[in-house]
Amino acid sequence: MRNRKRFALALASILTAAFGHAAAAAGSAEKGKSAYVKHGCWQCHGFAGQGGVTGPKLAPNPLPLEALSAFVRNTRGAMPPYQSAILSEADLADIHAYLQSLPKAPDYKSIPLLNP
Amino acid sequence: MAHKDADPKVGRRKFLTGVAAAGAATAATAIATPAARAAEPASAPRIPSALRPTMQVAAAETGTPRELARVPGTPGSDFMVDVIKTLDIKYCPSNCASSYRAIHESMINYGANKMPEFLTCTHEESAVGMAHGYFKAAGKPLMTLCHGTVGLQHATMGVYNAWCDRVPVIIVGGNDMDAATRPPGVPTFHSAQDINALVRDFTKWDDTPVSLQHFAQSFVRAYKIAMTPPHGPVAISLDAGLQQEPMRNHGGGKPYIPRYVPTAPPQGDSGAVKEAARLLAAAQNPVIVADRAARTPNGVKLLVELAEVLQARVIDQGGRMNFPRTHYLSAPPTAVNNADVIIGLELSDFWATVNSYTDNAANDGIGSNASRIKDGTKLISISSVELITKANYQDFQRFQVIDVPMVGDAETTLPALIEELKRAVPNKAAVEKRAEAAKKAYAEARARTKEAAALGWDASPISTARLCMEVFGAVKDLDWSLVASEGNVSNWPNRLWPFEKYHHWLGRSGGYGVGYGAPASVGAALANRDLGRFSVAIQSDGDLMYAPGVLWTAAKHKIPLLSVMHNNRGYHQEVMHVQRLSNFRDRVANLGGDMGPVGTSIMNPDIEYHKLAESMGWWAKGPIKDPAQLGPALKEAVKVVQSGQPALLNVWTQPR
Repeated sequence: MRNRKRFALALASILTAAFGHAAAAAGSAEKGKSAYVKHGCWQCHGFAGQGGVTGPKLAPNPLPLEALSAFVRNTRGAMPPYQSAILSEADLADIHAYLQSLPKAPDYKSIPLLNP
Repeated sequence: MAHKDADPKVGRRKFLTGVAAAGAATAATAIATPAARAAEPASAPRIPSALRPTMQVAAAETGTPRELARVPGTPGSDFMVDVIKTLDIKYCPSNCASSYRAIHESMINYGANKMPEFLTCTHEESAVGMAHGYFKAAGKPLMTLCHGTVGLQHATMGVYNAWCDRVPVIIVGGNDMDAATRPPGVPTFHSAQDINALVRDFTKWDDTPVSLQHFAQSFVRAYKIAMTPPHGPVAISLDAGLQQEPMRNHGGGKPYIPRYVPTAPPQGDSGAVKEAARLLAAAQNPVIVADRAARTPNGVKLLVELAEVLQARVIDQGGRMNFPRTHYLSAPPTAVNNADVIIGLELSDFWATVNSYTDNAANDGIGSNASRIKDGTKLISISSVELITKANYQDFQRFQVIDVPMVGDAETTLPALIEELKRAVPNKAAVEKRAEAAKKAYAEARARTKEAAALGWDASPISTARLCMEVFGAVKDLDWSLVASEGNVSNWPNRLWPFEKYHHWLGRSGGYGVGYGAPASVGAALANRDLGRFSVAIQSDGDLMYAPGVLWTAAKHKIPLLSVMHNNRGYHQEVMHVQRLSNFRDRVANLGGDMGPVGTSIMNPDIEYHKLAESMGWWAKGPIKDPAQLGPALKEAVKVVQSGQPALLNVWTQPR
């Protein structure tokens, strides 16, 4: 899982360098919420993008859309790739918008149950 | 098959006169005598019928004998109960069956239903699962009785789990072996030449005693073999005739009951222990990996001692509670990456400990493999499982070359290894330096884990981290025992709960046969009830639906258990598998109106597990979807369990 995360971060850096900070295609967070479920992202990453043993966290602070797209289309790791035939660019942009809309998690130090 | 002596003259056929009489009135026309049958002209071969049985057949199958002849002397099954009573077996969870009716009767009447006490189960798999969980909480085995054919067929998945998890269960299957005399119809459908063949591939030993003396030897031997590490299930085929016939003298006297003397467990070779100590003492970064290393609380103490002598980090794979999670040497699986010496203790899968497999469709779809460790890392193994490895079922996993392989029980071998290490460690100051690095790594890992747990903290459905920590918050001040955690909750209990005592964590199913969690929880809760501990289980939805009748058994026998459901409304492993294959093939997964691919969801309609539990005598509440409601519901449920009842909370959760 950690290797995948490293790969994704490295990819993000490369793509950010290549594309600069181009504005991501505008997506709809509302449509993205449905697409996130329809395409099965929730299965490994949870409905809140929180991640778990089956996949890393996606939110808050998701990868830039370009990096996310490059990873989703080309992964050869534990995550199966989603080609455009099964996940359109528009759906992917919406999913990204949904991930961007998810709120920041509370500081674990402020949660009594995590500090018994 | 029962041994036939010349006396007494009363055989079980006479005992069964009543049974025959019951059938005779109705079945006389249906069952011809052998002579009459021989005289019948040849007819077309009979084929199985799907038609409803005739009244005669139905009566023969279900009728009550009008009159049973009394058997003179002591029933053989009374002697069997005498044998069983010498072995400190407290319970006998079982689903009743005619093929063991005689020992059943002896157990509850002659034996006064004590040691063992018969517990009513609604499925044989539940009975074996209960025995499985019980052993891991109590350290003592249970026996179970079942029909030797259909009952044992039901039981097999549970037996396989016990085998893979190295847990002793004594399975006794009733079987009417004498084809010339056994009742026709159902009892013959339920008979077989060799019932133990069903489970021989995944039991340590089995036998088919043909006399009472043979039974006494077989039962004590079965117990002894099951209880010698590596532990495992054993099976005895118990002839119905042998149970029902009166006791006969054996060799001029009454049958005797052999004394049980435990066998000393196998210990690793002393030369190999010295070589292992030499490698570990010279290592710069030794790592200990334990799966089922600790069989008892003493195993935990020994592992702590070993780790501290070396200041080596310990990866606990969780087959048992091996190492305290609160100890700074407790480490995540990635700790193997930089090791130069790794010692594996009772690992079920050494290959996967030091290698990774990625299911990524590479290599023509079979996936890719990679090493997790540095070239030249030395591997040491202490494992007793090689002593009982069989061929058919592949629980021995992929082959891994080991530099110092030892066949022996890890817990038994640890004292010798620790003593060797105390002599062999050349530079104690250098070893102590490792402690500082380990403490830092432990603190950092804890912080990262808590940060991860906080993600999705307020989400609905409830995150698995929130679920687990709410449960811990509700039980932390009790002498708690997490008796099962099925369905994958991202390992939050293993990552965040302060496992310190051996009973804090009882491990998993062993064979990953789904349907273990519910019965094993009830069995472990039974043991914990007697030991004064509080039992809590994280119960998945798919697991519960295999044989939910065990809920009734828990209520019936007043077994207190807090069962908190991880209800993600699907067979989630399969949700991901089918999605993965869809992606590999560039096809949109067909959801069929559910959330997961067709055939993997448990929704539409949603199962109301709280109502299911209530119907079987449990206190229950749900569905709980709002995380804010979980804590108060847990408080209520804990009080109910403390009063001696089982309680279930149906909680809707995130997938993992």
